[in-house]
Amino acid sequence: MRIADPTVLRSDTALVSAMANGDQHAMGLLYDRYSPIVFSVALRVLVDAAAAEDVLQEVFMQLWRNPRAFNSSRGTLGAWLGVITRNRAIDCLRRRRPETHIDDVVVSVEPDLASEAERARTVAKIRTALDSMSVGQRIALEMAYFEGLTHSEIASKTGEPLGTIKTRIRAGLLALRGTLAQ
Amino acid sequence: MTRHEQYAEDLALHALGVLDKEDIHTLESHISSCSSCRRELLQLQDDAAWLALSTIGPVPPARARKRLLESIACEPRIPRIVQKRTFWAVAIPYGLAAALALLTVFFRSEIFDLRRRMANLQSSYSAQQHELAQARDLVNTFTSAEAKHITLVAANASPQPQGKAFYLRTTGRLVFLASNMAPVFTARAYELWLIPETGAPIPVGTFKPDAHGTAVIVNPPLPRGVEAKAFAVTIEPEAGSVAPTTQPIMIGTGE
Repeated sequence: MRIADPTVLRSDTALVSAMANGDQHAMGLLYDRYSPIVFSVALRVLVDAAAAEDVLQEVFMQLWRNPRAFNSSRGTLGAWLGVITRNRAIDCLRRRRPETHIDDVVVSVEPDLASEAERARTVAKIRTALDSMSVGQRIALEMAYFEGLTHSEIASKTGEPLGTIKTRIRAGLLALRGTLAQ
Repeated sequence: MTRHEQYAEDLALHALGVLDKEDIHTLESHISSCSSCRRELLQLQDDAAWLALSTIGPVPPARARKRLLESIACEPRIPRIVQKRTFWAVAIPYGLAAALALLTVFFRSEIFDLRRRMANLQSSYSAQQHELAQARDLVNTFTSAEAKHITLVAANASPQPQGKAFYLRTTGRLVFLASNMAPVFTARAYELWLIPETGAPIPVGTFKPDAHGTAVIVNPPLPRGVEAKAFAVTIEPEAGSVAPTTQPIMIGTGE
């Protein structure tokens, strides 16, 4: 039996491929790498640790059952799992059946988040971008993303005009793009 | 505001999946025909994906990992069964392909042969049509009411009744031309006879001359292969006789 060198980082693609062939150890490695992202997103949306844990379980089981839904040529696994988790958590929040199939989710962002250092750098950049936004802009963006509220619902909750909410959400996404492109 | 700017903000909301339902249809129908907005939507979805990473911090409890690994152990990946291809599984498709190839070659050859035969038949048919037209012209020259029948005789000699029989034994075909024939009485007719080498005379057919004294018999029903010693003409009842009842008024032997 060959013992893997723990200092060698196996790529997401290699792990997903091994997992597709039934390698449960590879699944464990992927879980270790990405469960903080999945759990954090689910918790942020649901604000309930038990419910977040259920979503975590569900997302990784989906990956186990349908590993080919993730296409490494169309994005990184970390970002892809983040989007799937967010969509599934919002479906749970609204107590509705899943509206987005995991095969339909495409995220083609860089960099590869397999390395912990890269993940930390990327998260820092995102937080900087959010911190540099006005409070109104960040709240509108986060309410849309983490609560799945429509702009009408956000306008109703915040008391801001509909047009302002729309503008803030778009400007927020563009600001994020600008910061991450640097 | 340009056409695209009109949709810019809705694209951002759609990328987050929070566009009001009533606006989704309008936007999607625009996107279906606008590659620029399609690209921008994908880009905005990528931008939005980063938001998920902003939340990293809490880690799941250890039991979550155990629970997951136990769950996947209960759902072992079913190994893909690679069916071993037997000799026949390989041989049958190849055999069928080879048979099809042979059939193709065979049918191509048959088609070529049929085409060649068809071309020959076409050519033969054209030649026969030509010959038939010539034969019809010839027969028409003998039988047409408009045809003039002229018998040439020695100068200062008066025309005499005359008959000419053209007979082909092998096919039993006959053409008989008569000229300068005197009219016959009512209920009577001339009858032509084939007198064979052996046996009784065979009736060929009856005829009555026209106003110019001419008459033609073309291909009457005759048995094949009868050697004709002579042809003779008698006067018989109009319906014809099975054997001559009068003395021949004309007789001729073969040349």
